[in-house]
This record gives sequence, structure tokens and C-alpha cells, in this order.
Amino acid sequence: MNQKSIVFLLDEKEYAVPVEYVIAIERMQQITRVPKTPQYVQGVINLRGVVTPIIDLRERFGLIKGEETDSTRMIIIQYDKFNVGFIVDAAYDVMDIPNDAIEPAPKVIGTEEIDYINGVAKVDQRLIMLLQLNKVLSDSSAKNSAETEGLTQG
Amino acid sequence: MENNEYLDVFLDESNEHIQTLNDQLLVLEKEPKDLQPVDEIFRSAHTLKGMAATMGFQDLANLTHQMENVLDAVKNEQISINSTIIDTVFQAVDQLDEMVMDISDGGEGTADVSHLVEQLRAIEQNQELDEEKSNKEEKTKTDSQSSSIFQEVDSYEKTVLKQSEESGYSNYEVQVTLQENCLLKAARVYMIFEVLEQVGEVIKSEPPVQDLEEENFEFHFQVLLVTKESAEEVKQRIFKVSEVESVQVTPFNLGDDQSNTASDDAAIQAESKDDKEREPKKKDKQNNNKPSSKKGTANKTIRVNIDKLDGLMNLFEEMVIDRGRLEQISADLKNPELQDTVERMSRISGDLQDIILNMRMVSVEQVFNRFPRMVRQLSKDLGKQINLEIIGAETELDRTVIDEIGDPLVHLIRNALDHGIESPQVRKEKGKSEEGHLLLKAYHSGNHVFIEISDDGAGINRDKVISKAVANQVITEEEANHLTDKQVYQLIMSSGFSTADQISDVSGRGVGMDVVKNTIESLGGTITIESEEGQGSLFSIQLPLTLSIISALLVEVENEKYAIPLSSIIETAVIKKSDILNAHDQQVIDFRGKVVPLLSLKKVLDVPVNEEKDEEFYSVVIIRKGDKMAGVIVDTFIGQQEVVLKSLGDYLGGVFAISGATILGDGQVALIVDTNALIS
Repeated sequence: MNQKSIVFLLDEKEYAVPVEYVIAIERMQQITRVPKTPQYVQGVINLRGVVTPIIDLRERFGLIKGEETDSTRMIIIQYDKFNVGFIVDAAYDVMDIPNDAIEPAPKVIGTEEIDYINGVAKVDQRLIMLLQLNKVLSDSSAKNSAETEGLTQG
Repeated sequence: MENNEYLDVFLDESNEHIQTLNDQLLVLEKEPKDLQPVDEIFRSAHTLKGMAATMGFQDLANLTHQMENVLDAVKNEQISINSTIIDTVFQAVDQLDEMVMDISDGGEGTADVSHLVEQLRAIEQNQELDEEKSNKEEKTKTDSQSSSIFQEVDSYEKTVLKQSEESGYSNYEVQVTLQENCLLKAARVYMIFEVLEQVGEVIKSEPPVQDLEEENFEFHFQVLLVTKESAEEVKQRIFKVSEVESVQVTPFNLGDDQSNTASDDAAIQAESKDDKEREPKKKDKQNNNKPSSKKGTANKTIRVNIDKLDGLMNLFEEMVIDRGRLEQISADLKNPELQDTVERMSRISGDLQDIILNMRMVSVEQVFNRFPRMVRQLSKDLGKQINLEIIGAETELDRTVIDEIGDPLVHLIRNALDHGIESPQVRKEKGKSEEGHLLLKAYHSGNHVFIEISDDGAGINRDKVISKAVANQVITEEEANHLTDKQVYQLIMSSGFSTADQISDVSGRGVGMDVVKNTIESLGGTITIESEEGQGSLFSIQLPLTLSIISALLVEVENEKYAIPLSSIIETAVIKKSDILNAHDQQVIDFRGKVVPLLSLKKVLDVPVNEEKDEEFYSVVIIRKGDKMAGVIVDTFIGQQEVVLKSLGDYLGGVFAISGATILGDGQVALIVDTNALIS
């Protein structure tokens, strides 16, 4: 069994996300900031009439914020019932990843991003990390559940 | 199942008929002597039976069949209405409702109806026996009734019949039975009428023409015909139409008709002759009213799947966004021709918007019509007498609002019945009529719909509310002294509040009123309470007409654009820096004699500031929430615009002070400020 995946680049490492979750890959466009959301939520964009939240994956993984370049892309994911976009350094490849090439993620890498990895695939001398979408998206801190106190006393 | 495509239609119509049953049963309960509702009930039950049998829901058909029998007996005055019958029939209707719900949830619609069927049968037979014992005349009367159903001829028809008799025409009562395998009954009826119109004039038909056209009859129908031809001739002509089983043409005698009408109601017989004539007239008036009102609605509506309307709405929203963009482009280009065209297009799409929004409007009747039943049941449970009056049920609201508003209203009505209206003894002691009055009123005003629930009950006891609120630490005693009555009443809707001395099943667990308030506010509405102790209370709900497209004021803060719903804006103002006062770490301004707290949108929304500017004047939007006001400082006002409300999506969930987003003419997303969150 092969897993067709979109491969993208983040901080010089390659990651993959199953193609069935990806609904679009977009060039960068103006993002509207949404106040009182976690740092990694960049804001929302208008994706053909649908207001779509955008997450900066570098921020999410705790990496150094990169410069926006010509190759910077937004990968729009449909997960569960919502759409969300990931900002990545580049997205350039569709690849068949054989299931038997996948190994569990090594425990030693020691960076934050390891929490968001499902496993590692070795394909043609390339190391590709498989994104664990539910972990990336499951952080409840994205939801501003804390009822901020009212601002005025009227 | 091949019937699948009809299932939706079946469900829709079943629900309508069940509603009719409920409504008319209530009417009947109030006026047991009036046989008009019985006809309606009978007709609905009958149609329901037919549909259920066709769709193969046997239990449903069985139950309706038995109900029909009872109603038939009532109709023929073999049984007289009493509350046991009404209760049993109500139970049967509830059962029907459950079964239909089950079917709509994908079930088989099966249920154990034997008990109810037994009960109904008992009513039918028991009463029939009684009737036979007590009154044999009754029997003959029903016989005569089944042969001639034209007892009710109004004065106009009577005149026509008389005149025709005088001028040598004959009046016939024609009974036609179609073959049972007749497929297009309406078409046959049409052909028969065609034939009849050739030889004479049809004065009246039973069932009414409307029902005949809609095939709301079994296989036979009667018409009253005025013609010069002989009975045999008429008969032969009708037989030329195929699929006719039998035809009976009997002379119709006016004199007979009158006596028939009189014997219709035993009570009338004893009365004077004048009454005899008045009675049929009155009855016919009611008869006539019904079909005509039905005609008005039946002919001009079509059923449209709500998904299609939603699709249309979505497409239109896209267009509103592009309209915004076009307007912006034409304003930039300043080409007069382009400007003209864009302006024209804006106007047309504005009209289109009205129409589309209107199509999604549903009358609140949908929600209101379940209340009479509920009030009836509750007043029985609580041992209170309550007269529910509904005004403005035809008022229309967006479907999304309708879907949400039901539960809060149920809660408010329950509260009014439980806490508001007193028991009959107490009311008597207070010198009020024993029957409490509950008024449910809906009306349009500006861009809003108001729904009011008022009762003439005990009203709200200010001291009781305050002591409770203090006890529950909602407010301090200090604060309590400064509150206006209105503010005190609002306390009822803070969480953890219940003023009922006794906690009952009906209401009063202390949750609920705050939920009511939250639901209404989430719909963009407000709720206010007025009350006078001993006189009653008024709960007034204000709701926006529609939720999806709103008018908003666009404002700019640094480089960010925000939309503030116009409905919550009182006005905009430019104030001098020196006019800002400080009170308890809170900036305030004096706005038309009122002290209004001031806040900066920049600070509330953590807008990144490029460079600190020290300005002499501030642009302020004065917003309100109920009685409270606040001033919001922004950088610049951009202007008023219709915006399409979009959600931020599930991933972000609820964001503080943001109620959604909208897409501007340039394709950018602007966030919509939730002004309710800015005022506490």
C-alpha cells in the first residue's frame, strides 16, 4: 500500500501530509490578523469565499520564524469539518510513500516538532516526516475559551 | 423503497395535518357545539389515513382509521363531545406525531397503537349504544343525512334554486361514484363538470370543488345541478365519461332541504321558525370562509427544498461581495458610464437581496402553533385557568432565527404560567378574574421583529429578586439600592437564579433564564423585562430580521479594518481629547448628559501599533447593549456597507469580541466586532 502524499519543506526538512486532506495549495496572500488567538495562528484569509484560518507551521513547531519568499506556500487542509491553512517554506512534490518505508519517529531528535510527527519514511535516500494532523490541530489553546472579563463596568 | 421520493412530501403533509388536528381540536374543545372543526379534523384524519396506507405505515393508518370512526360519529351527532373524548383524541394525535417523527428519523413508524385504538373504539361503540337506547330518531336522522348532504344551502343558493324552479328548470342532486381503479380522479371530475356545465349549472358540490380538484375525496361526490334536461338525460351524459361507476340523479326539493336542515340539530327544532332560518345561514358563512381562505394560499405556493434556498443565498452572498468590489472599482475609476451601470446593478441586486431574504422568511406561526397545546396541558397540570391569546402569528422571521427561538419561548411561557399567573383562588382573592390571560404577540418594527410574552399574573417582586440576588451573591446589598427596576428584573436572567418558592417540574431550577438570554443574544437579539407587581409582567424579545446579511459600519484601526453592526450603534461622534474624563481608572465621556465609558478598539483587540500618535480628536462609535452604552475609539470611519456574515470556522471557535468575519470588496477579510462583548 502506498500513501500518496504532498511533500513540503519546513526549515530545510521535508514533511508529508496525505493528499486526501489537501484541498488546495495557495501562494501567500494578505492575512487578516485575528486578535486574542495563539501566536501561531496568523489570522484568516478569504479562500474563494470561505474564511479560512491560517497557521504558521514554523511557529507551531517552535522553529525560528522564516522570511517569506517566492516559494512560501499555504497548504489548505480539510480536516474533520473545518478548513485550515499551513504556511510552509515550499510545497513541491507529490510522492507515493510505501507503507513499509515508514518507521516510527526516533525519540532522540528532541525538538518540539517530534510531537507532531507520526513516523519517518525513508524514500530514495530522503527522510520524510509524516505530519500527525490531529496533533497539529488538536491544541485547545487555539480556541479562545477563556471568557475574558468584560472591559467596562456600565 | 420506491416510495422514498414521496417520503418527504408525506412527512411534510403529515406534519401539516397533525398541526391542523391539534389546532382544530383546541377549537372544538372551546366550542363543543360547533361542528365546523369536526369537519376539519375529519378531513385531516382522513387524508392522513390515506397517505399512511399508501406509504405502507399500517399502524399509522390503523390509528387514524379508528380516530376517523370516532369523528364520524361525532360529525353525525351520534356522540357528543366531552373532555374524555378530546383527551383521547389528543393522545391519539400525540401518538401519530411520535410515529411521524420516527419515520422522519428513518424508523418504520411502527408503534403499539392497540391500546389507543381500543379506547377509541370503546368511545365509538359505547356512545353509539347509548344513542340507540335513548333516541331512535337519531338513527333515522343520520340515515337521511347520508342520503342528502346538502342540508346547508345558503340564502344566495336558495334564491338561485327558487328562481330556477320558478322559471321551469329542475334542481337535481347528482351523486357520482367513480370506479375504484380510477387513476386521475381530478381529471374525471373535470370532465364530469364539463358535461354538467353543458346541460345546466352546478350550484354546489360536496366535497367542495377545491377538494375535488386536489383529489381530496374517495370515489363519490355530489353536486347540486340546475338544468332543463331530464334526470335520465343527465345520467346518460355523465355515463359518457369513462371510469364512472354509478350515477344517481334525484330531484332536489327546497322545502325538504329546510326541514332537513332543521332536523340537523335537535335543539333547533324546538326553537322558533326564525331561528331555523338563521342557523343554516350562520353555518354556511363559516363553511364559505374556509375554502376561500384556503384558495388564496393553495394556488400560489410551491414547496422548495431548503437546501436550494441556502444554495441561492450562498451564491447571492458571493455576489454581494463582488458588488462591493465593483462599487469600489467604479469609485476609483470615476468613469461616469461605469458608475451609472454599477449603480443600477447595485439597485437591482438590492431588490434581489430583499426577495431572496424574503423567501427565507417563515412566519412565526410555525413556532407559535405548538403553544396552545402546551398551554392547555400545563394549565391542567398546574390547576390554573389560562386563556392564551396569540397576535401576529403571521409575522415573518428568517428561518435560522425561527429554528432557534422555539426553546427560549417555551421557557418563557412555562415561566409565565408557573410563576406569573396565580392559581384561581389567589386570583379571586386579589379581585382578578379566575382565568389568567397570557398574550403572545409578534410584530415587525424597523429592521427588527419583536416577540412579546405578557401575562396578567403576579408580576415580579422587586424585593424578593434583590434578596435572592444578594443571597446568591449576584450583587451586593450596596449595589442593590442603586438599581432601577429594570436592572433588578434583568437580574432574573443572571445564572443561578430562581425566585419560585417551590421548585416545580414546569420551571424553576435556576437554570434556564440565563440560557434564554444567551440564546437570544447569540441570535443578535435582546430581551427586556417590564413588570408591575400584582399586574403582570412583559417579556419583550427583539430579534434581527435576518442573520446572514447585515448593515455594518466599517472602521479602520491602524491598518486593520473592522465591521461594527449598525444595529448596535447609536451614533458616531468626534470628541476632543480634553473632553475625556477619568473615573476610577476608566476613561469616560459625557455623551448627551450621560456618562459613557470609553474604550479603545486598538487596545481591546491588541492591534499592533506602528507609531504612537498623539491626536487632538478621537473618532468614537457609541454602541449600546440594552440600556448600557459605551464609546469605542477607532482611527477612522470608512463608511456603511452591507456585509455578509461568515463564521470564523470551527478551528478558531469563539474569539473574544469577534462575532464573525466578512469579505470586503477588495477580497480582504474584515472581522466583525461583537459589541455585546465590549459592554458588560
